[in-house]
Amino acid sequence: MSAEPPRVAAAWHALAQLEDPEIPAVTLVDLGIIRSVGVDAAGVLEVGISPTYTGCPATEVIRGMVSGALGAADVGEFAIKQLLSPPWTSDWISAEGRRKLSAYGIVPPTEAVGSIRGLKGEERHMACPRCHSLNTECISQFGSTPCKALHRCRECLEPFEYFKCI
Amino acid sequence: MSAAKNVGPLLYRYVLRVGDLSLVLGQRLGEWVGRAPAIEEDLGLGNVALDLIGQARLLFSYAGELEGRNRGEDEIAFLREQREYLNPTLAEQPNGDFGQTIVRQVLIDAFQLELYAGLMSSADERLAAIAAKAVKETRYHLRYSSGWLVRLGDGTAESHARVQAALEQLWPYTVELFEEDDLDREMADSGIAPRLAALRVGWSQHIEAVLAEATLQRPADRPFSWFGKRGEHSEHLGYILADMQYMQRTYPGVRW
Repeated sequence: MSAEPPRVAAAWHALAQLEDPEIPAVTLVDLGIIRSVGVDAAGVLEVGISPTYTGCPATEVIRGMVSGALGAADVGEFAIKQLLSPPWTSDWISAEGRRKLSAYGIVPPTEAVGSIRGLKGEERHMACPRCHSLNTECISQFGSTPCKALHRCRECLEPFEYFKCI
Repeated sequence: MSAAKNVGPLLYRYVLRVGDLSLVLGQRLGEWVGRAPAIEEDLGLGNVALDLIGQARLLFSYAGELEGRNRGEDEIAFLREQREYLNPTLAEQPNGDFGQTIVRQVLIDAFQLELYAGLMSSADERLAAIAAKAVKETRYHLRYSSGWLVRLGDGTAESHARVQAALEQLWPYTVELFEEDDLDREMADSGIAPRLAALRVGWSQHIEAVLAEATLQRPADRPFSWFGKRGEHSEHLGYILADMQYMQRTYPGVRW
């Protein structure tokens, strides 16, 4: 494997610092929103970003953040490309991202999208991130951002958020 | 590029037809924000509306490129005349009570799920990519709306009566969803769009299953006389557009 050109490495380094505007506990790279960094034939650094939901209001903010970070990092001429295909999936959230979500109190997706349960739209019982009881229930399929649903623990009675499996 | 080049003007109209369904339904759902029966449903309907408008944005950006007159998504969404909107008439029907909104939503979610699933194998790569993204969101919407239809249908005598009445009222509009016209036929022949008759099979299966679980009766099909898909709308669309277009018509070129 050949080493990455320094510009690409510098871009990844700069982009890795960017926190998600709505869930600052995780970075855009952790969530799989920043998908690729490469250099095209004309020498332009190209960064690919995948929006989570088509209507997510954070998409524009994220584009601005990526542009700002690349500008500050002195990586030369760059372009940001929106990647629709393949579509973003919660399977792309890294192990590190899942750990950070849990620590922040958001339960990460419990299923792989292609699993039998995932395909049937079923999800296993999730543990309360505070008291770890499995006695929990969904109280709303939608939450404060497009990517989350709202659940409640029947033991400690605290509500908690769940990162939807999509 | 793909087959798209040969069918440009037709493809433009087809992409608008798909996008207008999402835009008009999303605009309708937006009317619930701040006045839904509970905060969870306020969030639910608002989130579905956001997804729908997001889908419309992707489709309108593409339509603008196909049209080649340098019009962006906002101009296409906000500055067309009523006759140029090509959504099926069902999408523009009033919200009514929460039950009526849910009935309309189940009927359209199930249709969009089949439509996007079919478009994923479109000969047009851009449409296929948008559909692959939208199908995942639509599956979630259908879970939400179907869950509510079961609770309302299999709920109290009052909630059952209300959703059954809404179903009787909205059912005649569903025929238009599957009525193939020249544009649908041309798109299917070019491998760009799925056959509407094929979509009806999956749609009916889902609708039958959810109606049975909700203890609701499927109304009989009746001859239809609605043609929103070719720009001949019910009286309701004009009011939606008046609200939606007010800012852009009053302040031309206004930006967010």
